[in-house]
Amino acid sequence: MESFLQTLIAGVLLGGLYALIGIGMTLIMGVMKIINLAHGELMMVGMYIAFWMFAKYGIDPYLSVVIASPILFFLGIFIQKFLVNPVLKVDSILPENQVILTVGIGMVLANLATILFTSDYRSTPVSYATKAWYLSDYWNNAPIELSLSFPWTVSFVFAVVITGILWFFLSKTDTGKSIRATAQDLDAALLMGVNVKRMRVVTFGLGAGLVGAAGCLFIPIYYLYPSLGGKFTLIAFVITILGGLGSTIGAIFGGLILGIFESMTATYVGMGWAPVGRFLIFVVALIFLPGGMASLLKKKRMRK
Amino acid sequence: MLAIKNIDVSYGDVQVIWDLSFEVRQGEVLALVGANGAGKSTTLKTISGILRPKRGEILFENQPIHTVEPFRLIEMGIAHVPEARRLFVEMTVEENLDMGSLKGEARKDRAATKEIVFNLFPRLRERQYQLTGTLSGGEQQMVAIARGLMAKPKLLMLDEPSLGLAPILVREIFNVINRIRQEGMTILIVEQNVKQTLAAADRAYVLENGRSILEGSGTELSNNPHVQAAYLGV
Repeated sequence: MESFLQTLIAGVLLGGLYALIGIGMTLIMGVMKIINLAHGELMMVGMYIAFWMFAKYGIDPYLSVVIASPILFFLGIFIQKFLVNPVLKVDSILPENQVILTVGIGMVLANLATILFTSDYRSTPVSYATKAWYLSDYWNNAPIELSLSFPWTVSFVFAVVITGILWFFLSKTDTGKSIRATAQDLDAALLMGVNVKRMRVVTFGLGAGLVGAAGCLFIPIYYLYPSLGGKFTLIAFVITILGGLGSTIGAIFGGLILGIFESMTATYVGMGWAPVGRFLIFVVALIFLPGGMASLLKKKRMRK
Repeated sequence: MLAIKNIDVSYGDVQVIWDLSFEVRQGEVLALVGANGAGKSTTLKTISGILRPKRGEILFENQPIHTVEPFRLIEMGIAHVPEARRLFVEMTVEENLDMGSLKGEARKDRAATKEIVFNLFPRLRERQYQLTGTLSGGEQQMVAIARGLMAKPKLLMLDEPSLGLAPILVREIFNVINRIRQEGMTILIVEQNVKQTLAAADRAYVLENGRSILEGSGTELSNNPHVQAAYLGV
């Protein structure tokens, strides 16, 4: 019971961070109709920004969120404007050549990082890295002992707050509504006066900014090396599929499910099996729930 | 107000509009009628900039608009209610209406216009927080027209508003069109439902195979032998 609850807590905390990574990819997927396979590499860039800010100037990684996100936002805009858009215009034999382009961008970023920063593993040794709250500190005769890691919790809270801000932006502001409208029906959005081209650029920037923030939240609890991007691209991809392509709420649930499932596999099957669990859930989702969480949510809403 | 001058329009190599000219005058209801594939919807898409004419020009209030970026047209005063409604189905009725009023004056008057629109379609007031994907076809069409009205356009273009609706709803939609016109809005309507459209329109053009073959007032065309034989089944 104790280890189950502890695993569940760890899973939810990890899931919240995964959700933030997944949402960025999902947003881009919704508006552009392409999977951004450089997503994890963008996160790696965000992590390096947080790392160097910490190593050079001693800036706390959590503060780097406000530095890395804007930088990644503009990097995303640059990628969309000068790399993806020109490729959109080209008639090619490959219909998905923008996806292949993102693979290339990812490789360039990963190799640039290797050349510039070497392939050493790095981390930010923050003072609170091992700090934790224990249930027995607050409840003397607690029947079970649970702990809550300080950096994991802070990262989770940050992820929830950022997701909340994003939700507010997408559902309450005109620009946010325009992004959703563009994802749902591009021509209709154009007729409503939405500058669709600009929305594409803004969305790519937003997706990159979000994953940059996720990078800053990950570095206090993780380690960093140039080729880590591929792993997180895959995670984001699984979440996007699990959530139902293009659905933000679906991505939040997808992230949580993946986080919980991974930490369950790690506890009950073995540490090394967590990636197996990840892809098991991916295959299961593709076979039994091809529409993702979004299709479940929709069914429920229809029944109401 | 709107002048179409000798436009040719093609989808790739297939030309669908041939040397089409017509004009919409201030305050009138102008109808383009014709069968499937006559080029009616293509004409509206060309006006709103989704398609571009290969030849000819389109003037709105004496300014050429066939070179203007399509997303600027709604601000200039042209609202297009597209065929098959094209709502944002995963947004609520209210959010769809907000999408209709993103720019300029319309944005400032959003709350007031919404009130007017809800008075025109009381059913939408009841449904304002519902996702439009869950509405019936008739209600969806109302949202589509309402979304167009939210832009406070000078010219409202309606593409097949009666498509796929039960006769009683068709009558309701045409009643609304009459009420909008009494407010002084200029309307360009495209329809296959020729009889009701000619009754509602001040003037109409008959399109066949991408060419305009007849023009006249609604009553003139209703009495025209060709129109009667081809579209009214008389």
